[in-house]
Amino acid sequence: MPIKIEHLSHVYQPGSPFQSDALQDIDFTIEDGELLALIGHTGSGKSTLAQHLNGLLTPTSGRVLVDGEDINQKGANRRALRQRVGLLFQYAEYQLFEETVYKDIAFGPKNQGLTGDELDARVREAFARVHLPEDALQKSPFDLSGGQMRRVALAGVIAMHPRVLVLDEPIAGLDPRGRDELTEIINELHQDGVTMVIISHNMDDVARIATRAAVLHKGRLAMLGTPREIFSRGDELAAMGLDVPQTVQLCQALRAGGMDVPDCLTNEELCDAICRALGKEAAIHA
Amino acid sequence: MEDLILRADNVSYAYEDSEGMAVRGVTLGFRTGEMTAVLGHNGSGKSTLAKLLNGLYIPTEGHVTVCGMDTQEDEHTWDIRRSAGMVFQNPDNQLVASIVRDDVAFGLENIGVPSAQMPARIETALRQVEMLPFIDRAPHTLSGGQKQRIAIAGILAMQPKALILDESTAMLDPRGRREVFDTVSRLNREQGITVVWITHFMEEAARCDRVVVMDDGQVVMDDTPKAVFSQAERLRAMRLDVPPMVALGDLLRARGLPIAHEAMDVSAMAQEVLKCR
Amino acid sequence: MLKDITLGQYYPVESPVHRLDPRVKILLTIAFIVGVFLVKSLLGFLPVIVFIVLAAYASHLPLKLLAKGLKPLRFILIFTFLLNLFFSPGDTVLVHVWRIQITLEGLLTALRFSARLIFLVTGASLLTLTTPPVVLTDGLERLLSPFAKIGFPAHELAMMMTIALRFIPTLLEEADKIMKAQMARGADFESGNIIQRAKAMVPLLVPLFISAFRRAGDLAMAMEARCYHGGEGRTRLRILKLTRADAVATLITAAMIALVAVIG
Repeated sequence: MPIKIEHLSHVYQPGSPFQSDALQDIDFTIEDGELLALIGHTGSGKSTLAQHLNGLLTPTSGRVLVDGEDINQKGANRRALRQRVGLLFQYAEYQLFEETVYKDIAFGPKNQGLTGDELDARVREAFARVHLPEDALQKSPFDLSGGQMRRVALAGVIAMHPRVLVLDEPIAGLDPRGRDELTEIINELHQDGVTMVIISHNMDDVARIATRAAVLHKGRLAMLGTPREIFSRGDELAAMGLDVPQTVQLCQALRAGGMDVPDCLTNEELCDAICRALGKEAAIHA
Repeated sequence: MEDLILRADNVSYAYEDSEGMAVRGVTLGFRTGEMTAVLGHNGSGKSTLAKLLNGLYIPTEGHVTVCGMDTQEDEHTWDIRRSAGMVFQNPDNQLVASIVRDDVAFGLENIGVPSAQMPARIETALRQVEMLPFIDRAPHTLSGGQKQRIAIAGILAMQPKALILDESTAMLDPRGRREVFDTVSRLNREQGITVVWITHFMEEAARCDRVVVMDDGQVVMDDTPKAVFSQAERLRAMRLDVPPMVALGDLLRARGLPIAHEAMDVSAMAQEVLKCR
Repeated sequence: MLKDITLGQYYPVESPVHRLDPRVKILLTIAFIVGVFLVKSLLGFLPVIVFIVLAAYASHLPLKLLAKGLKPLRFILIFTFLLNLFFSPGDTVLVHVWRIQITLEGLLTALRFSARLIFLVTGASLLTLTTPPVVLTDGLERLLSPFAKIGFPAHELAMMMTIALRFIPTLLEEADKIMKAQMARGADFESGNIIQRAKAMVPLLVPLFISAFRRAGDLAMAMEARCYHGGEGRTRLRILKLTRADAVATLITAAMIALVAVIG
């Protein structure tokens, strides 16, 4: 049970004319080892929620517990607690600043007080996880491509050994190759047992990689469940301005046309389902 | 001879600070009223091609002509740029003024349109992208998709013949992407504006009249979306993708179902599958 | 965090002052400033006060808004006042405590200097409160354009102002985001001595500058694509035309200055 979010609410600029409720009574738990997709369109509060997970924003009411401890508690422990959650911002390539990739990855663990061999090991381990060419380590991050720079930024967060990794729109703006490469890295991290939260508005990705999904709408938790459960509520999603993956859209269209197929999340699954349905119908007619 | 509004004849281009060619021997024509998607991964030369097509870059070798004007000839520069307007990727970095009205006016001011004619042209352009109610807003208060539509209006006000959009949906959320694509595709249909749509999104390409694929500075495929996407293996070898429904079509055909290659979106695919019964 | 810069921000209402030609407003503001400097006695501030109140009334601005504009200045105001109060030469001693004495002349000087400061700021904010930045830029460009003949970069200056106005909010937002991103990596912007704090700014400033350069490159390309080629042959959206109201405003300002000159 790495992160427990308890009745969390957040009000922006309370008491001013700009006062607005960014989050209202969010209450759920991010489980160990899961890959949770946080879905919602721009302005739904998903980035605000993400910034609560590591203490960048403090709840107006409610609590965020990491491994049972309140990350906003008073005392010396607070910083360390907050760093148990690593957060990669959207377009994270624009936050790099060091002369070399090595130094940039080392920035986080150094702030945690690591030095010498331990620091070196952390940097190299994190670097190995993001599949960059070996010689990139001593290069300037600004000589790399945009997609590569984003992976350096990811390594910088991984190197801090967070209990939970929160990635805000990790594949936004990348070309198909960049999207594939990053998705692969995310899958590997997940398979190695890293608990992850991925903020995304790309439903096809969510369908492919997430184990669970939470839908935020107007600052509230509107849905929580497996991607299959969530996408079966296509009408509600549409009302919130969200799409369902194309595979699910097709299943719905086929059912509307009288064909008996369940909701499918991947093309392979869908192909099997269609063939089965056609076979069954053929058997009946014969 | 065909009516080519934009054409590249054996065009090559090398950046000053690199030894390789970014674009190599490209010969390509865009017909009036056509909406063409240009695909290719980063570094394939598609952005360079875009900038060659309106004289932002001048070919190292070969010629680019826009409405019959050669980009090599300096005296045509401004006529070329107002004929082939360009919209870029980052919505924040192409708006100049802090009020929408003034930003749309920017191009008109540059080409010396008399002040008295400007308000009408600005309003028409904003109406075309459905952003007229935002005329007095500050750009930083708008969403990404809205900013891109303002950028498009800024070009439309100059009454161009062609629009070149260089990954203009790459940084937008799905809603913004749809807004911008639908706007441009409507302009193409209703006003007959020629569109060159550079993108990473295969679903968008599937909705264009024609798809050009670039790899390593060259045009490697140039055909209808149907013909291009029927070559899934070749596209994947170039680290590109096919739209999800096209991939499904391939799987179903492999199982012996008679699914037409034209079915590239959900509704067409549903019809095809239901026909199999 | 960095978003509280509201001093003199444009206040959008309809008023005769809002409609004045920006060129006239800029020149009148300069004239007003000169007028304030001509004041020698406290009585001389009377026409200035009347003018400001009149102008605020005609601009449909709440006086509270003008007062709020002075708030960031309160420390400078107090400092100016005390400095003049204690250190002006004079003979008429009012208060004498230990080695500090307050003289009548000192008190008057202190009042005059503070009043001058207050009116200078109020006058300038009247200009920015009633003129949208884009219009102000337009007015400045056209006022300065005669000097373009002797090589003064009037258009370039105006273009720079336009771009700055457009990008300040964008860059502030970006600074906020980068700051948070580095804080998420354990950066500490809040503790330590001055040198440590300055060093802690590197992870913020480097990305911010790189991003500003990238944006500048993009913007230059976009401007070129939209046929920008400097001020030559450029027309403008706004036609600036002098009206009767401009003449009236000029006469009122002239009257104020004349009164100040007479009263001293």
